[in-house]
Amino acid sequence: MIEGDHTLGSVSDKIGDVTLKKKTPFHWFIGFGIAFMIAQLLLFTTIWLLANGIGIWGNNQPVGWAFDIINFVWWIGIGHAGTLISAILLLLNQKWRTSINRFAEAMTLFAVACAAMFPLLHTGRPWLAIYWLFPYPNVMGIWPQFRSPLIWDVFAVSTYATVSLLFWYVGLIPDLATLRDRAKNKFFKFVYATLSWGWRGSARHWHRYELAYLILAGLSTPLVLSVHSIVSLDFSVSQVPGWHATIFPPYFVAGAIFAGFAMVLILCIPLRHLYNMKDFITHTHLVYMGKVMMATGFIVIYGYAMEAFFGWYSGAQYEVFMIKNRIWEGPYWWSYWLLIFCNGISIQFLWFKRFRESEFWLFVISIIVSVGMWLERFVIIVTSLHRDFLPSSWAMYSPSMFDISMFTGTIGFFFTLIFLFVRFVPIISIFEVRTLLPEAMVHGHQQDFEENVNEVEYTYDRTDPPNA
Amino acid sequence: MAEFDTAEQLVDAAREVRDAGYTKTDAFSPFPIHEMDEALGIKRSILPYLCFAGGITGLLSGLGLTYFVHVIDYPIIVGGRPHFSLPSFIPPTYELTILLAAFTAVFGMLFLNGLPRPYHPVFNVPRFALATREKFFLLIEQEDPKFDYGSTRTFMEGLKGQEVFDVEE
Repeated sequence: MIEGDHTLGSVSDKIGDVTLKKKTPFHWFIGFGIAFMIAQLLLFTTIWLLANGIGIWGNNQPVGWAFDIINFVWWIGIGHAGTLISAILLLLNQKWRTSINRFAEAMTLFAVACAAMFPLLHTGRPWLAIYWLFPYPNVMGIWPQFRSPLIWDVFAVSTYATVSLLFWYVGLIPDLATLRDRAKNKFFKFVYATLSWGWRGSARHWHRYELAYLILAGLSTPLVLSVHSIVSLDFSVSQVPGWHATIFPPYFVAGAIFAGFAMVLILCIPLRHLYNMKDFITHTHLVYMGKVMMATGFIVIYGYAMEAFFGWYSGAQYEVFMIKNRIWEGPYWWSYWLLIFCNGISIQFLWFKRFRESEFWLFVISIIVSVGMWLERFVIIVTSLHRDFLPSSWAMYSPSMFDISMFTGTIGFFFTLIFLFVRFVPIISIFEVRTLLPEAMVHGHQQDFEENVNEVEYTYDRTDPPNA
Repeated sequence: MAEFDTAEQLVDAAREVRDAGYTKTDAFSPFPIHEMDEALGIKRSILPYLCFAGGITGLLSGLGLTYFVHVIDYPIIVGGRPHFSLPSFIPPTYELTILLAAFTAVFGMLFLNGLPRPYHPVFNVPRFALATREKFFLLIEQEDPKFDYGSTRTFMEGLKGQEVFDVEE
């Protein structure tokens, strides 16, 4: 899983130097600058929104939910790959997760931050939303309605954000201690010392640390599956044709992981080049991620097929009409077929080694999949709502300028955070990579971070010349 | 405190130290070493039980909260469902269970480890900065009943380590 002739020290230097090295690479400033400028769109739109209310969006009757919920579901879905990599792959003892879990978790946090903005801002008066959303004893004697999926969502998303943050931070503690001991600059030394809480790598501490990490992984696994299930219940608990389907929870979870892996690939392909991390994020990692993307993509395709089948098999005229309207009769037929192209056709190329093993094609397919997953939510939400039960209320939906600027703004915000993360935090978990080195073996036992594993695996030949 | 080059030397030395009867010992390494638990005689932590208790607390508070709100404080019929509509109360309860168990796991771990602790005598040894990088250290504390400066130092020098340091309080 690790290429090149690395030792415990060289691993620490190579990953730590990205953060500690004085000179920030020029491309960082360009990337950060562009992302930061795009993020200003979010600031602008938010101020305009708070001043004027959500009437500035294109939402109407009957399409009362549009870009706000599409973007919310899209972002929160992207976040799922981070938790999947850090928790589920840890429990499944997949060693290749080690070099990608750190930034996949960071991606989760930032994606959830972007996602949370939409439901908060769609209330129009977010400062009042505290008593709409959270149960606290207020003077009005009002409580939230716990029978509503929207309140389940509040609990699911806030728990998810908190646990992801804890998971990420716990993983960071030993690495921050490494940075503390290597930093020359007094100020950064102080910051890293504070953040690492005096970690000193004691055997007793490691023992409890690993237990805590494993427990967190065990807790995050049902959590990650529950979050997108609960998000899907926002739709499927309602009576709207096109939403009211039992396939929704698993289909949403698979779609989330699908979109998430696409985003991890979009981020890690440039990252490994720009920071020369090819020894840690190897070709094998990319191929594995491509395969996960393909597998979850097939579950998503199954979901599309089942939706159409449910519509037909239900025999209910509204369901049949919805499916016909969505696929070929309605004005939004193009969005459905674009979705099938992006999520269904594009991943078929991954069957072939030529595409699966090419970084360029993986990158392109990942972008197409990200677009496709956004379209999926557009199709589910807009095509289900715009043809209401009552033909007199039928209407078309088109986003306003502010819908688009807000969405673009969150993308800028997301990448701004990613750039800051890459600059100030070790992008790969240093201590976990150390456990993969042959040096970390004791009497033929690899120090597998997850559990004791008897098999010993040499991933490289020591006589090979080191990677430049 | 003795310094070692590899994890294997550290584990072997820790076994010798334990066999020699020292109990107030500790080892420091840049990554977790499972053999150390057995070599140093570390008992399994109570952390999992604490987490279970945390999870149960979350479960009860979730159920208690929804019950209090919809049955005791503000009973109102919505959607023809009973006041105590358990299936609808499962998601918030479930999330609170996970939340409190996760908090217990993280803060319980830090608490049992005695962290945050910005100062510790081992940091006084300049070479100790390498413990988070590539070197391994083994410590016998002064409080150990078998501790005797002269003989303990001679014993540690015989452990095939790199160098033996005195840790100043």
